[in-house]
Amino acid sequence: MKNLKIFLAIVFSTMTIVSTAQNNAGLKLPQGFKATLFADTIGSARHIAITSNGVVFAKLMYPNKAGKSIIRLEDKNNDGVADKISGWGKYGGTGIFVKGKSLYATSNTGVFLYQLNDNDEVIDTSAPKTIVKGLIDRNQHESKSITLDGQGNIYVNIGAYSNACQEKDRMPGSKGMMPCPILDSAGGIWKFDGQKENQVYGDGIRYATGLRNVVGLDWNRQTNSLFVTQHGRDQLNSFYPKLYTADQNAELPAETMYEMKQGDNAGWPYVYYDPYQKKKIVSPEYGGDGIKEGGENAIDPTAFFPAHMAPNALLFYTGNQFPEKYKNGAFIAFHGSWNRAPLPQEGYFVAFVPFKNGKPNGEWEIFANGFSGLTGDEKVKNPRNAKARPCGLAQGPDGSLYVSDDNKGAIFKISYAK
Amino acid sequence: MGGFAINAAAQDLVKGKQLYETRCLVCHQADGGGVPNMNAPLDGASNVVGTDIARLVRIIKKGYSERVALDGFYYGNAMTANPDLKDVDIANILSYIRTSWTNKASTITAAQVKAAGSKK
Repeated sequence: MKNLKIFLAIVFSTMTIVSTAQNNAGLKLPQGFKATLFADTIGSARHIAITSNGVVFAKLMYPNKAGKSIIRLEDKNNDGVADKISGWGKYGGTGIFVKGKSLYATSNTGVFLYQLNDNDEVIDTSAPKTIVKGLIDRNQHESKSITLDGQGNIYVNIGAYSNACQEKDRMPGSKGMMPCPILDSAGGIWKFDGQKENQVYGDGIRYATGLRNVVGLDWNRQTNSLFVTQHGRDQLNSFYPKLYTADQNAELPAETMYEMKQGDNAGWPYVYYDPYQKKKIVSPEYGGDGIKEGGENAIDPTAFFPAHMAPNALLFYTGNQFPEKYKNGAFIAFHGSWNRAPLPQEGYFVAFVPFKNGKPNGEWEIFANGFSGLTGDEKVKNPRNAKARPCGLAQGPDGSLYVSDDNKGAIFKISYAK
Repeated sequence: MGGFAINAAAQDLVKGKQLYETRCLVCHQADGGGVPNMNAPLDGASNVVGTDIARLVRIIKKGYSERVALDGFYYGNAMTANPDLKDVDIANILSYIRTSWTNKASTITAAQVKAAGSKK
């Protein structure tokens, strides 16, 4: 009888694995890849991080129904589905990063550091060190994303609390401020010491500027430099209908990836990147007409993508599990657009950009699709119709790729099976 | 008489829809669903179908730049002001959004908008 129970338990658990594996958790993947639904409905999972033991941590935008805002997930029986889930924390936020036994998490105003034990459990969830505090949060582009370099420095995105630095944000006809005062405290990447406590703006440096809002960023270990993905500006057509049609608005400006060295400027708010002219074009708030070039002091993007798709996570793949073409290439989680209406929305997938010697080497492609839950070629018309919205990426110690969703809070685990 | 009143109201809803499509749809979306965390939904939103018409009029006229707490969620994007809209335009937009999608609230007249606009 006891054996029968064990037998049935094995049969049922195997059936579950087979059924989720067969449909790849609803994802469309390249040949040879499979996916499992690692977790579901944990809360609005923004970014994720994974320890060397394979323990996953997710940062939630708001505390979930259980009142927790950082979730720890472990897959003890190694079936691709988390079976031990716990959480803590009352502050919402986006950023999370693991470096050895240091776990960093962000609120919308600061960065906190927790210490992990040998089992990758947080030693004291109630008393993190405050690493950075007092960062600006004015509702818009408020999330603080983080990454660390190899020297223990932490890079924090501080998004601009504005669309295009107008005197009155998102007001038709309101002029762009010159110089844009937002750039003093936001619209860029700030660098802080990864261990020093209670740092404020003055303790860090503005590492790079001219970035409207970066949610995805990663330190590229091959180039030993910071890469970021920027959310481009909105509403060219609704504010400047004489300069831009609704169709042009849907395609302008490009979403962009930049390699940011210290002191670099990506040009926001004065210019945006036009993917058709392949030029930096002066923003209409600063006297642009859709053609006039600008941004002489601004860098060009490393890669660019269709407008408004919202690149929310960037990850350079350093694992050995995936085929050779993926090595050192960039995965990007596109949260999915809202600003293409009345045209159908785009994004809601994970893209891949092949890299060679630290530079893009070929066109970007869709790697994982189907997060929206829509069938066939059906497009998302309204963001709320999307079942899942890719928001975070992390690489497991075995080289699997994890994707988090901040709608209901799913985590997908994508692996390659030869 | 009754038939005329119904036709007039239907005409107002058509005008309201046109204004919605040119001014509101890009953020609040065709289905009134808004954008999670950014642009507040109008469909099923308690304050859109509620009785505080003065607040709705004020938001449409003057825009809104605070974080909106609505039905348990928060929305952070600034809303554009529409200082050029006449009372009748605002009434038509409000009538459209209060009766569209799953919303089944009352329509609003220009007189109501005018009265609401004079309130602080």
